[in-house]
Amino acid sequence: MAIQYKILLLDDDEHILELYQELLRALPSQPEVHVSNSGARAIALLESEPFSLLITDLRMPKMDGLQVLAIVRRKYPHLRIIVLTGVLDEEYRSRAYALGVDMFWQKPSNSDEFQLFKDCIESLLGRDAHSEGGFRGMQSKSLVDLIQLECLSQSSAVLHISQGAVSGRIWVQNGDIIDAAAGSFTGEDAFKEILSWKSGNFEIKPAEPEHPRAIHNSAQGLLLDSAQAMDEWRGHRAGAESPAAGEAEGAGAVNTPLAPLTKFEGVEFLLTIPPDEKAACDSWGLENAQDAAAWARTAHQQLQKLGEKIGAGSLVQLTVFGWQRSWALAGHEQKGLLCAGFRRTMPKDKVEQTMKHIFTKWVS
Amino acid sequence: MGIVNKSKGGDVRRLPTGAFTVDAQGQVISSTVPRAVPAELVEEIGQCVVAVFQGARKANLSFSEMAAQYATFKITAREMRGGAIIFLSPKTPQRVSSS
Repeated sequence: MAIQYKILLLDDDEHILELYQELLRALPSQPEVHVSNSGARAIALLESEPFSLLITDLRMPKMDGLQVLAIVRRKYPHLRIIVLTGVLDEEYRSRAYALGVDMFWQKPSNSDEFQLFKDCIESLLGRDAHSEGGFRGMQSKSLVDLIQLECLSQSSAVLHISQGAVSGRIWVQNGDIIDAAAGSFTGEDAFKEILSWKSGNFEIKPAEPEHPRAIHNSAQGLLLDSAQAMDEWRGHRAGAESPAAGEAEGAGAVNTPLAPLTKFEGVEFLLTIPPDEKAACDSWGLENAQDAAAWARTAHQQLQKLGEKIGAGSLVQLTVFGWQRSWALAGHEQKGLLCAGFRRTMPKDKVEQTMKHIFTKWVS
Repeated sequence: MGIVNKSKGGDVRRLPTGAFTVDAQGQVISSTVPRAVPAELVEEIGQCVVAVFQGARKANLSFSEMAAQYATFKITAREMRGGAIIFLSPKTPQRVSSS
């Protein structure tokens, strides 16, 4: 069944409303077109039923278009908005775009412009807001852009971000990110979780000055860390999903002794480090295998030495947890070190248990 | 016995349960580890943990938490703004109940 789009047309000029109502009804998608001659009535209509698109004038008595936009964008972040105005004013245009409108149109003055306007409306209606990337609410900017804007302007607010059924909050106080929450995650983990969402909606809510600070890193540092981790994650995904790329990185496990170990649940990469430092490492699904191997070797040596010193016995397993993934490391006198990466959401005790099984299989 | 054991390698201490925080240089800031445990030993653990975190950062690996499991002991740590909070927990032998 074809979708019946609903358009709300807001203008203080009755003739314009009549003209555009007829024009829009004739669109190929045959939308239902409602009209309003005041901002207050338009908001009441939006509250009473869902609309796909709002087309609004800017200069109107009592409540002008910008006021309407400010209210509507906060209350209905999914709603598509087009500004249709008789006055081409750069300040109005930039303010409207800053409020998150999808298009800014000067009222068409000839048939070509009318046709172009109709094509744009039809195209906008045809777009599925949920299938597109980008965060709607402010010019469809990326979430990183939005957070940077909030921080650079030294503002205080709570950003509510939603992606489908999940939602998160980021507390910004005087341009500093002080806390975040998303599902079971809090603080930096929640911030990074939210940043990993590819699309969604967001709203800026008033600041909560009493909210306790849980994030102490700088906003720029957090954004850089997150961007870097996401790049690595994408690289890993690309390497793991493309056999050609995997082989180029030496990560093709199919024909290596690592192949049986990749079958364990949650395993994202594997790295074996021989006892001889000059011998080559073997890896699957890992981009920066040399750096990782160097760190793993050093960390294992340091902790092994510490264990001897404190009388704790030999190091059985080292597990490290990052927001991107968890790592586990275990050593064998003759075979060297085995390092495995697990998906981030895997519980810690499960990572440790799975690593035990992988290590046993590897040694055997 | 219990706190201090002897071995052929010299003094080897059986560490008790406790937690402490260290700064980015591995200096102990606060501690609940009993005073019977030599401060140098606690500091050594702190420095080792910080070194593991710092090494990971240098290798562009971002970790916020670690758990080192030894035969008789477990060290868990969480990175805190360059420093860390470290938990020491001895492993107790599991009791096997016979019915």
